[in-house]
Amino acid sequence: MQTRNGGVVDASAPSSWFVVPALVMFLGFAIIPLVIALGLSFTSWDGLTAPVFDGIGNWVRKLGDPLTYHALWLTLQVIVLSWVIQTPMSILVGVFVSGKQRYRAVLAALYFLPLILSSAAIAIAFKALLDPNYGVGHAFNVAALARDWLGNPATALYVVIFVIAWQFIPFHSLLYQAGARQIPGSLYEASEIDGAGRVRQFFSITLPQLRNTIITSSTLMIVGSLTYFDIVYVLTQGGPGYATRILPLDMYLTGFSASDLGGASVLAVLLVVIGLVIALALTRFSGFNRMTSESEGA
Amino acid sequence: MRRTAAAVLAAAVTVVLAACSAGGAASNSGGISAWSTTADKPNIQPSIADWNEQHPDQKITDNYFGTNDFKDKIRTAVNSPQAPTLVYNWGGGTLKSYVEAGLVKDLSSDLADEQDFTDKIVPSIADTGKVDGKTYAIPASSTAPVVLYMNKDVLAEAGIDEAPATWDELLADVKKLKKAGQAPISLGGQSKWPYLMWIEYLVDRIGGPQPFQDILDEKPGAWSDPAVIKATTMIQQLIEAGGFADGYASVSADTNADLALMVTGRAGFLLQGTWAYSGIADIDPDFVDDGKLEIAPFPAVEGGKGDPQSIAGNPSVYWSISSKASDEQAKAALDYVTTNVWDDSYVDTMIDQGQIPPVQGVAPKLKGDFAKQVEQMISDAPSFQQSWDLALSPAASTEFWTQLDLLFNGSSTPKQFSDAMNKTIGK
Repeated sequence: MQTRNGGVVDASAPSSWFVVPALVMFLGFAIIPLVIALGLSFTSWDGLTAPVFDGIGNWVRKLGDPLTYHALWLTLQVIVLSWVIQTPMSILVGVFVSGKQRYRAVLAALYFLPLILSSAAIAIAFKALLDPNYGVGHAFNVAALARDWLGNPATALYVVIFVIAWQFIPFHSLLYQAGARQIPGSLYEASEIDGAGRVRQFFSITLPQLRNTIITSSTLMIVGSLTYFDIVYVLTQGGPGYATRILPLDMYLTGFSASDLGGASVLAVLLVVIGLVIALALTRFSGFNRMTSESEGA
Repeated sequence: MRRTAAAVLAAAVTVVLAACSAGGAASNSGGISAWSTTADKPNIQPSIADWNEQHPDQKITDNYFGTNDFKDKIRTAVNSPQAPTLVYNWGGGTLKSYVEAGLVKDLSSDLADEQDFTDKIVPSIADTGKVDGKTYAIPASSTAPVVLYMNKDVLAEAGIDEAPATWDELLADVKKLKKAGQAPISLGGQSKWPYLMWIEYLVDRIGGPQPFQDILDEKPGAWSDPAVIKATTMIQQLIEAGGFADGYASVSADTNADLALMVTGRAGFLLQGTWAYSGIADIDPDFVDDGKLEIAPFPAVEGGKGDPQSIAGNPSVYWSISSKASDEQAKAALDYVTTNVWDDSYVDTMIDQGQIPPVQGVAPKLKGDFAKQVEQMISDAPSFQQSWDLALSPAASTEFWTQLDLLFNGSSTPKQFSDAMNKTIGK
């Protein structure tokens, strides 16, 4: 049906009531909490006594706090570096395992293994592996590896970004694998006749054909980067010092550790606004909302 | 089309609101409940089972949670209709915030008639359950001060045959151990809380209990007390001297990794709570029997005002009674505490686990050198400093962890530490 563009109304379209279950969930678990958080951001509340209206006190305090900008800066680093590391790796792995050979299927199963592990399990495992006294470095007597990775403020953030990449590259590879398999073989056959090599095929056919997948994957990656919490919490709890205190973690520590739920609500609203702006910008500038098909003849 | 959408929206809102109010309607209907931690379950569960057997009409429902989960859960539950009758807490700052919010009952007058019970408890430990002289909480778990653990084998190899009595002796021992190619002190920096033990002992040894009391009394600039500055300076000197085992910022105390370094001979010293003792057997069952373990009080500081016999750590964990409880529930809960907690079987259960119950005259019943030595330290101690994080307000203690982290990894100076902590006063 195409009602918006003045087209036909399809009488056989599903009733609007079908949307109720999803809407109830969305209202109950997204919109209502969001409104409550917005309300709480104007109160001072320790979680024990009743919230007291505080006007813009929390906003002035949190927006004047260098720690908020530090957390934002770290979050930005996580977003950019995660994208820069994960996207090329995922495309390469995804395109590679989209091949039909049997050994590639076996490798794919191995590559996708991290997908079935929970974030907490991954973080605990890496914490043990990276332990300077008991980790891999010590076990195999490799001095270069037996370093204080997570305890050193200079390396902690990069280690966190590495572990996040380890967890999420399989997921994005899966997207690219599916995307690459959708590319019609006729395109490759035609290019072969024209004399294109493998590399030329990759850049001239595979990458352009994956355009929509790249946009989907990047949106998920970037918006997802805004909310990483579990892995960082288990790995470093935001430390050492403030070295890995990204915005979601700052929000958690402010709210549930320091019992400043008003201040934490300010950070929560900030996160939502930033996430929305980025998601909207991505869909607008990438033309994703028009969702044109890249396939021939479709 | 539009009308349908509006109807759908209205229906959705109704369903959500109905769901919310249904959740809120449930409340505690007459039952007595107790929430505690899994760590203390072995002591508490049998005693509640006993009580339930003898009082079938006043049964207590007990629930246990991991320590950190418990702290998160109780914070939201304590002011809700689902608040447990018996609220487990660590006294200090949290208890004070409960009292200020009127969430727990003043037990002073009820306990005045229970002298047989109150006389059993070591007074300095009962004191942590008081706010402004009134009793709001009663001890229910073992006493766990922080002591200096030593691996005698490692020390002997470096030519050290005595526990360091003073800070300078400790520094000298560090040098000897380094010379012998050993890591001197194990420290579980990743868990952050072991950092606290160093600063709380040093401040007490240097300035006595007053500097921290000033902090608790929220005196402006209390964190800049010379004793605090000197303590943080000494900590950084110890770090510069290579006192702590390499990579200490990545060593986890929550998994006993710091204990393992000391027990397996990869470090000479460890400053830890007596609760770590039970973990030694898991790492090396023969460590204690072979006489490799020695413990000592934290060293004295030359010219310090503090008593070298003072101890710091966790006095106990306490039961408070929720003010949401009905009179009937509260009475039964208090009856349980005064009758079953610290009766003979409660004390024996604790002793069998190598713990030290905070009751008077328990020394002859204790098993093993470790428990006897610790009991001696407790009874000799003129004061028992509660772990700072428990005594501080939640906001101050959150900042405290971060600032300690910065101090111990050399990212901030003693002055920056004090300045940052001064900002938390009154929060």
